[in-house]
Amino acid sequence: MTPDLTSLLAHEMSAALRAGEVSSRELASAHLDVAERQNHALNAWLVIDRAGALAQADTADAKLARARAEGGAALGALHPLHGIPVALKDLISVEGGQCTAGSRILEGYRAPYDAHIVEQLRAAGTVFIGKTNMDEFAMGSSNEYSAFGPVSNPWDLDTVPGGSSGGSAAAVAAHHVPLSLGTDTGGSIRQPAALCGIVGMKPTYGRVSRYGIVAFASSLDQIGPFARDARDAAALLHTVSGRDARDSTSAPAPVPDELLHLPDSDDEAVAWLRGRRLGLPREYFVAGMDPDVERRIREGVAFLEDAGAHVEEVSLPHTDYGLATYYIVAPAEASANLARYDGIRYGRSERLEGADFIADYLATRGAGFGAEVKRRIMLGTYALSAGYYDAFYVKAQKVRTLIKRDFDEVFASGIDALVAPTSPSVAFRFGARTADPVAMYLSDACTLPVNMAGLPGISVPCGLSEGLPVGLQLIGPAWSELMLFRAARAFEGLTANAAWRSLAPRDLSLADDSSGPTPTQRAAALAGSV
Amino acid sequence: MAGLSRSDVEHVAYLARLGLSAAELDRLQGQLNHILDQYAKLAELDTDAIAPTAQTIELENILRDDVVTPSLSQAAVLANAPQREGAFMVVPPILGGDAS
Repeated sequence: MTPDLTSLLAHEMSAALRAGEVSSRELASAHLDVAERQNHALNAWLVIDRAGALAQADTADAKLARARAEGGAALGALHPLHGIPVALKDLISVEGGQCTAGSRILEGYRAPYDAHIVEQLRAAGTVFIGKTNMDEFAMGSSNEYSAFGPVSNPWDLDTVPGGSSGGSAAAVAAHHVPLSLGTDTGGSIRQPAALCGIVGMKPTYGRVSRYGIVAFASSLDQIGPFARDARDAAALLHTVSGRDARDSTSAPAPVPDELLHLPDSDDEAVAWLRGRRLGLPREYFVAGMDPDVERRIREGVAFLEDAGAHVEEVSLPHTDYGLATYYIVAPAEASANLARYDGIRYGRSERLEGADFIADYLATRGAGFGAEVKRRIMLGTYALSAGYYDAFYVKAQKVRTLIKRDFDEVFASGIDALVAPTSPSVAFRFGARTADPVAMYLSDACTLPVNMAGLPGISVPCGLSEGLPVGLQLIGPAWSELMLFRAARAFEGLTANAAWRSLAPRDLSLADDSSGPTPTQRAAALAGSV
Repeated sequence: MAGLSRSDVEHVAYLARLGLSAAELDRLQGQLNHILDQYAKLAELDTDAIAPTAQTIELENILRDDVVTPSLSQAAVLANAPQREGAFMVVPPILGGDAS
């Protein structure tokens, strides 16, 4: 058995577990060791739960032993992710555990129940290594808006991992876990996946139940997987998908079992591309995009074309309105969702002697929320306030119709999937975008229209630019996750022998140094040098 | 689009129940106006005949059977309350200081 268990992909771990070559406890221990060792340098984790993870692993091992004693059929009946370590973004409720959503206002809160996806992951036999860092309430594109400090990108410790699911992405990229879960409201899975050089998918709105997830913008939020390859991400999506009566927006759409059986053979995966029609939306290749990122994307597109896909330029004419639309709709919904943090039922509470209850609210929320969350609550409150509701919120909802219609028309014309950059740039340095909120918002220009339209999108690694990962985004019609995973798997097959595929994140060895600077210290040093 | 004045920002903060410092209000006034400038772009589009989209998947009338299902215990619900008294959460007085 290879000594480095953390370099295995989840499906390789699964095979090794079944073959009796490794135990779930050994897998959990190996991953816990590296997570604990490197968290000083990366800050990807808000909780590393060694005791809980080992207990789950022992349970998984006991079940494996029983299945092995019963014979081959019982082993085969175990879930593909049985015994596999996973990470959960710290806005996913695990009964009895913390769930801060990256915010001081939820410090000390203990989740009274399991999220729906946690129930599903438990049933599958996965092992929870811990909870990952994130931008406060998932608002941000760099993880710099976490109340618990920024996260370093394992490719370059002076750069951000993207956000808001920055911890989930960094943990997978740094081999602390083979799998993690995040949420994506405007790009919060795909953009960090791109910046960290891994696979991340935002499924169709309604694919995964949000029961037990801290809400940001309810018409946009969706849960999705991170992994280091398409097969693993597809298996994780399969595990958490499906209708749940406790989230009325979760849809009764069938969840294809083929998600568990993407081709292992690169040739078979690539053959799927022949004759597919791929659209290149011209509005996603615009000024402001890093030219070297564009080159990587165009090289990726050329690979797809060489493999037999028909690539044609298409237009999504309202793309340019996406940012303004998103930054009305999402803050408006957030301002309503975050009204629940009143300091009375749970969470941080400031009770002022002799003051009225509104003064208590003002004090609790003024002290509990960070600057970006306050900014979004202010924007949303303004956009929904009397006299402005029609001008902002209704107008944005109407433009949302136009954005969705652009996608509908392209797919109706026979395009199977759209190919675009995930992020207009590679990972940027700490502090580079925090001074100007609009500069930070532009990080998601290529991802947020997909949320506005409720569609699935996936980011897959597509090479390096100046040593940092570039993500290629594939976007499909509603419920086309299987097709997107087939396309992603084909792209992996096409690039299987590319030199960058074999590269580990270049600063990973530096992350072992627990006497070096923390991400907070790195960010402060960079701020001082500007 | 008209900009937000300092008193507009204070009013919105009050509506949002955010207690903000003078420095925060100053900073937000500039930042919010900068963001609102981006919104102006939407005025380019004629949307009079366009229906608004509130959600994107065509689900309608999600109903459930009207049956009793398990819910959280009182102890679990109260466990996170910042102030408790017996089986109750303590809420601030809402009827003015003399009401009690």
